Amino acid sequence: MSNGTPPLLEVEGLTVDFHSATGAFRATHAVSFAVEAGETLVILGESGSGKSVSASAIMGLIDTPPGEIVSGAIRYRGTDITRLDEAQRRTFNGRKVAIIFQDPLSHLNPVYTVGWQLGEVFTGHHKAGAAEARRRSIDVLRRVGIPEPELRIDWYPHQFSGGQRQRIMIGMAIALGPELLIADEPTTALDVSVQAQILDLLKDLQRTEGLGIIMITHDLEVAAHMADRIVVMKSGRIVEEGTARQVFDAPQHSYTRQLMHALPAAGSGAVAPAREGQPVLEVEHLSKTYQMAAGIFAPARELRAVDDVSFTLRRGETLGLVGESGSGKSTVARMLMRLTPASGGRALFHGDDVMAMDRRALLGFRRRVQMVFQDPYSSMNPRMDVFSIISEPWQIHRDILPRARWRERVVELLDLVGLHADHAQRFPHQFSGGQRQRIAIARALACDPELIVCDEAVSALDVSIQMQIVHLLGDLRDRLGLSYIFITHDLPIVRNLADRILVMKAGRVVEEAPTETLFRTPRDAYTRTLIEAAPKPKWLETAAA
Amino acid sequence: METPGETSSAAARTSPIPLPLRLVFRDPMAAAAVVFLVAIAACALFGPMLIGELVEKPNFRARNMAPFSLEQGFAYVLGADTLGRSLLARLVVGARNTLGIAAAAVLASLLVGGALGLIAGYSRGVLGNLIMRGADIVMSFPSLLLALIVLFSLGPSIPNLVLVLAITRVPIYLRTTRAEVLEVRERMFVSAATALGAGHMRLLFRHIAPIVMPTILTIGALDFATVVLAESSLSFLGLGVQAPAFTWGSMVANGRGYLASAWWVAFWPGLAILLTTLSLNVLSNWWRTYSDPHQRWRLELAKRSKAK
Amino acid sequence: MFGYVFRRSAQSLIAVAGLLVLVFFLSRLTGDPAYLYLPLDSTEAQRQAFNELNGFNDPFYVQFGRYLADLAQLDFGTAMSRNRPAMEVTLEAFPETLKLASIAMTLAIAGALVVGSLAAAKPNGFFDRLSMTVSLAGASAPDFWIAIVAILIFSVSLGLLPTSGTGTPLHWIMPIAVLMLRPFGLLTQVVRGSMLGVLTSPFVKTARAKGVSRRKIIFVHALRNAMLPVVTVAGDLTATLVNGAVVIETIFGWPGIGKLMIDAILRRDFALIQCTVLVTAVAIFLLNIVIDLLYAALDPRIRHQAA
Repeated sequence: MSNGTPPLLEVEGLTVDFHSATGAFRATHAVSFAVEAGETLVILGESGSGKSVSASAIMGLIDTPPGEIVSGAIRYRGTDITRLDEAQRRTFNGRKVAIIFQDPLSHLNPVYTVGWQLGEVFTGHHKAGAAEARRRSIDVLRRVGIPEPELRIDWYPHQFSGGQRQRIMIGMAIALGPELLIADEPTTALDVSVQAQILDLLKDLQRTEGLGIIMITHDLEVAAHMADRIVVMKSGRIVEEGTARQVFDAPQHSYTRQLMHALPAAGSGAVAPAREGQPVLEVEHLSKTYQMAAGIFAPARELRAVDDVSFTLRRGETLGLVGESGSGKSTVARMLMRLTPASGGRALFHGDDVMAMDRRALLGFRRRVQMVFQDPYSSMNPRMDVFSIISEPWQIHRDILPRARWRERVVELLDLVGLHADHAQRFPHQFSGGQRQRIAIARALACDPELIVCDEAVSALDVSIQMQIVHLLGDLRDRLGLSYIFITHDLPIVRNLADRILVMKAGRVVEEAPTETLFRTPRDAYTRTLIEAAPKPKWLETAAA
Repeated sequence: METPGETSSAAARTSPIPLPLRLVFRDPMAAAAVVFLVAIAACALFGPMLIGELVEKPNFRARNMAPFSLEQGFAYVLGADTLGRSLLARLVVGARNTLGIAAAAVLASLLVGGALGLIAGYSRGVLGNLIMRGADIVMSFPSLLLALIVLFSLGPSIPNLVLVLAITRVPIYLRTTRAEVLEVRERMFVSAATALGAGHMRLLFRHIAPIVMPTILTIGALDFATVVLAESSLSFLGLGVQAPAFTWGSMVANGRGYLASAWWVAFWPGLAILLTTLSLNVLSNWWRTYSDPHQRWRLELAKRSKAK
Repeated sequence: MFGYVFRRSAQSLIAVAGLLVLVFFLSRLTGDPAYLYLPLDSTEAQRQAFNELNGFNDPFYVQFGRYLADLAQLDFGTAMSRNRPAMEVTLEAFPETLKLASIAMTLAIAGALVVGSLAAAKPNGFFDRLSMTVSLAGASAPDFWIAIVAILIFSVSLGLLPTSGTGTPLHWIMPIAVLMLRPFGLLTQVVRGSMLGVLTSPFVKTARAKGVSRRKIIFVHALRNAMLPVVTVAGDLTATLVNGAVVIETIFGWPGIGKLMIDAILRRDFALIQCTVLVTAVAIFLLNIVIDLLYAALDPRIRHQAA
């Protein structure tokens, strides 16, 4: 730093260990970074990189034991705050520095009203009595964009939506006007459009209050959108730092370069040739309605999760089904797989209606259509080894493969998805998320299916792994002639994989078009919102302004 | 989202003794509990063989003899009852009946309750509801009174005793199993297996039951202590085992009339009950901390600070 | 919320009804009541007459029909062993048990909340280990043995407290102390476990980030959330309390409903058995409603549950 004044917050040589039976696990190695007032520093890293530990250390939230700050200093305007006692810490937390977390529902106390929790910030720090605390809380709610704050101040956290809860958390954080705000993955659990609103709110607050922000994220686009400077962390160490533009345009470290490759390319430009071929699946007017039972004071309600959805899938084609939470896309998938009964409509698989199939026909159907699920951690039985998992389809459909050939075929499948033969003896918990998803794909391929439904198959994975899996899927499609229905909430990720895209909102299909056409000239307003909500790099905005 | 699964496997590789065993012996209370339970189990298994005759042999010179004296030999160190029988011997032999009845009852209720819970949790129709209402009826009434009424109607005998103890415990296993089956049923790997074409039998026995088993067994261990207490209460009230068979509970009942003159007759058996149930509870507490990944570090840390 | 309480109550009512039917059949399963009530040297004819007079010879379904009809008219029969209306005897004894049980339970809960919270605040500390040992011992102890040992020490050896009966406040000390031991032990364990879990939950982290004091975090933020499983367990324990009451009342000669029930069973007094079962079941039923309401008052998520 060239001028003499110390930065707003400076972390120097922070080393944190966590202790367990096997010794100490070093979560951060001599990590150093700094942030100024009015500036946004983004700590970019994947899970296990130590980014959250650094943030927790600043707030003194690391439990010691089992954690231990081995060495290093954290300085707030020059004063070391690493080892404060409880009374000192309490004058600091919430007043000078505040933090917001990833999942607002679990981070708000469920049994107290929002007003009480907000008011506590004022009364706890002796800034106001009860009545004035309430008044100021209403102001805070209004500032963060909660409608009808006088009414909703007495609501409980579970009565708000996800985005509103995050706004409330932001409100609690800025209530006393701190100088630094730490945001630990604040939008990861939110829909894309809600994410855009929250990020805008943060930027707005920074502008009006002069906040310094440390934002922690694994999402490259969010990082590009928010950052003035970026610090990249991997396995507890900082591997790269610089201005946002520098890191994105000219990454120095190999890991950073690997991360940047994970960004979905802006479209190859070529419009994929229309796949000619027999229709494999014809979905007609599919719908699912849930009946909500009547309470004593409320009439019976109907919830239309899926409303009149129709589309056709041809052989070798990849269909992208895109929508935010509550759009009904996963319900469509479950109905197609007969995991949930449909309320109406038909799905003709080679002419036979899936919804009307009897047990025997259904068994035959289940050989030819497979599914890869969202959560690689829970979609496989934790007590079965990989060999049992992949060979289970052959146990159910006895006529596919004689038992003597099972081992051989499992090895072939593992190889196909990029794993090794000796992985067959291991158990799911011994693998990473991406590897587990590969095992799930291998299981899906075991029956030589025609169609694979991928229900948010990459959403739970780290960013760099996501593109690897998408590449794998594309590769398999070309080699084996598969058709896919790829369901996701993340529009950009499916750009290189899908031939056509269906956009869903509130149970209905709002637009259907070939991929590039959809991206370049979206017709529906909602599609446009989805495309525009994808965070844009910050330097482009300021350049345009 | 990445799990560091390597750290614990590294530890397992460095020593031939399994990790749980090593950690148990770090904690003095848990270690004492293990030792005591092993001793009691040995008594139950081998006691009658080794000192069986002393149980019934009256020794009139030792009538109502006070404990802590070796006058009559080591066997009488805990004193003797009104017929001069060695209390120590009766304690050792009584272990067999006490623990045996409890074990039989726990096993029966575990199997029946677990099976019913599987059915109740998995079936989506009327059957599940019916089973739960039955459980409600049994649970809504104090178990001791229910046991008393049943035993009095059917007559107190060891099989009836086991039966009634088992019946009163079934709802516990039933409810817990059902709750867990309800939760496991919704898990993704069950949907995945369905999507592969698995039928109900396969889902229940290959996928759901193995996940639910450990919980049932854990409850069984905890429940063992409760059943020992329940059987003791019943025997104390006179409706448990009938003479000449005896358990620790009936021994306390026998000694009740001699409180002023020979307090040891009632004291030792009750103490034995207390120590057994205490050991079981200590161990299951320890097990709960061990199997919770969020809390396990407390046990491991204790080990580390001792090693320093 | 009322839908929730309503549904649960309806379920409990079915249980109570089932219980009454069960008791009826069980209490008539074996044995001839005449043998018990009439002297040993009574003749066969006298016994037959006795059974005939009291309707014990009629076929099952007739007896059952009579039983239901009587219940509907709130006629609970006469307690044979005492020659008084059964319900009268029962309702005399019930308040005695109620007094004992409610005091014991209140003390147990209050004690458990304080001890458990403080133990969870500093896990593995000295107080934690001590209180855990004491509460485990309390939860494991056979209540009849503790009662006997207590009598041995305080009545026989030291002569401080009376051995049985009611009357002076001194009479209350040992029965209550012994009765509350098991619930206190169990509840302390539950409170501690629940608090430990809640103290690691995300919203506690938020409170620390806000700068809330440690005491407020434990007793305001955490405790109310930790109470929920405690309330459930406390509700289950109350049925167990009646178990304990049976033994305690027998040993200490306390004229409560537990002792009454044992006497009724030993004397084959059907009417009295049925009455005591009914009163106990209704009491537990009402208690469960209170527990459900308490649960809803504590957790706003249950209040707002869409039916």
